[in-house]
Amino acid sequence: MRTRLFLIAAAGVALGFLLHVSSVAQTPANRGPRTVDGKPDLNGIWQALNKANWDIGTHGPSPGPPDLGAIGSSPPGIGVVEGDTLPYLPAAAAKKKENFAHRWTADPELKCYLPGVPRATYMPYPFQILQGSKSIMIAYEYAGAIRAINMGKPREAPVDSWMGWSNGHWEGDTLVVDVTSFNDQTWFDRAGDFHSEALHVVERYTPASANVLQYEATIEDPKVFSRPWKMGMPLYRHVEKNAQLMEYKCAEFAEELLYGHLRKQPSK
Amino acid sequence: MSGKPDEERGRPMTNKWARVVVRSALLLGAAVVLFSPARAQTSPNAAKAKTSPAGVVQTSRTPQGQSDLEGVWSIAFLTPLQRDPQLGNKQFFTPEEAAAYLKKRSQELDADRRDLPPDADTALAYNQAWYDRGTKLGRNMRTSLVIDPPDGRIPPMTPEAKRRFENTHAYSAAHPADGPEDRTLGERCLNFSQEGPPLLPGGYNNNYQIVQTRNYVAILAEMGNKARIIPLDGRPHLPQSVSQWNGDSRGHWEGKTLVVDTTNVRFNDKSHFGVNYDGLTDQNLRVTERFTRTAADTITYQATVNDPTVYTKPWTMEIVMSKTEDPLFEYACHEGNYGMFGILGGARADEKKAAEQGGHQ
Repeated sequence: MRTRLFLIAAAGVALGFLLHVSSVAQTPANRGPRTVDGKPDLNGIWQALNKANWDIGTHGPSPGPPDLGAIGSSPPGIGVVEGDTLPYLPAAAAKKKENFAHRWTADPELKCYLPGVPRATYMPYPFQILQGSKSIMIAYEYAGAIRAINMGKPREAPVDSWMGWSNGHWEGDTLVVDVTSFNDQTWFDRAGDFHSEALHVVERYTPASANVLQYEATIEDPKVFSRPWKMGMPLYRHVEKNAQLMEYKCAEFAEELLYGHLRKQPSK
Repeated sequence: MSGKPDEERGRPMTNKWARVVVRSALLLGAAVVLFSPARAQTSPNAAKAKTSPAGVVQTSRTPQGQSDLEGVWSIAFLTPLQRDPQLGNKQFFTPEEAAAYLKKRSQELDADRRDLPPDADTALAYNQAWYDRGTKLGRNMRTSLVIDPPDGRIPPMTPEAKRRFENTHAYSAAHPADGPEDRTLGERCLNFSQEGPPLLPGGYNNNYQIVQTRNYVAILAEMGNKARIIPLDGRPHLPQSVSQWNGDSRGHWEGKTLVVDTTNVRFNDKSHFGVNYDGLTDQNLRVTERFTRTAADTITYQATVNDPTVYTKPWTMEIVMSKTEDPLFEYACHEGNYGMFGILGGARADEKKAAEQGGHQ
């Protein structure tokens, strides 16, 4: 009897210990590293692993420009948009269709133009978060795109830009970045999903574990969409010891496309 | 916005002061006399310690205990890269000399002047409002950015480099705009002198934002909109087969000084270090930079350029980066590069016109 009680008690303690351990595992303290001042430490090289850059909606495979063969084709992918539909206003839906039809000549990515936000996040290239003590910089490998996030008192954008104007703050363990003052030149993907200069993006970066950030972006653009909508995806840490953003100044590789017809010996 | 240097910088005060200085030598002279004596006294001492600038004061540290380089910094100063040969080994201007130099230099650089022959006048495509070169000498009153060799001049090129340089210029003169590759790296939005290394001031966008973490320092150059991300963990450089316009940088702390070693610099026949002097880089180029927080509002920056293929000996430059509270602007150069269409289109139009005129003769 006593032995049985002891065993029950021991099992209870063990169970309690297990529960305790699992609850510890879920406390914020274990969701990745922390900075000296106790904030989540987002420093690292990150990358999305999805096909959102081809189409943020769920999509099957499709052909690309014929002379690029399979390399130019679009791989299939599960969408990243909440509800998997974009609430386009009627005129904007027509424009999106037109963009899609001309995607192999009209996508700003073809010209190596800055990708805007949130597209920069899920292009198939790594990006690096540099979390300083006063500000946070996000450097993207694609086109060397860069954002400096003001973590001080919010400042107003001096002018519209491709990557927008970023003011950040912490909400618990989430880095919230409010991005405004975009131009209307960037797309969300190669499928022609687009926005106007009225775009307002609120990004949320939340550590899910030591090597995963959960990313969420709320998109608001009353000129293009009937209501705000959200996308979300995990971002994975590059754990390779020698991971490094390399210089990918792709402007050079778009010169032929942009200026080839103006050469002394026209190449096309 | 390529070709629109300062339209969006929104610095009416800077431009206003630029104009005031250009047009009022009297005021300028007074200002230099008023503010210079203290600097003139301390600077020569600072010059003696080439690699560890004197006057290092207790400055702030990051939470990791590193010397704090974070913030936005400007190198918009009019100190010339190379010293006027007439000044010999004179390292520092007197206040009177500084005033005279600034007056002369401001006049030379004044894009609003209209006393030039028509060709030169139309070449002044931007008027003064676009520029943001600054209106002062660097804080140290130096006569040149080059501090070594002692004559303040970049050492002569090797015979091989000279030959390559002459060939390149001969080709450029004969083929100014056959295609985009014939234009400068700046016009192609690929590389600018301000990006470094070494950091050299230019016509505008002479601003940097530095963010530092335990393992990295990132130096974002407003010109070119490019960040150099410098690992501090002692990892080796990229293999030699990979070269990048800004090279491959590795850093470490030597006390309060961030030392950055850069190799793998990409070069081609247009990769000068900027417009101020001619000298082709080479795969042997190695640049060692030293960033030292010398005061609450300054970083003393030194860079030693070592390229035995191109230069007969290494040379070192120094500039004092000055803190500013203004934010950096996005310089979307390539995205707004209407200039390249104009340059190439104009060259084709000229050729067509020449061919038509030739046909009529």
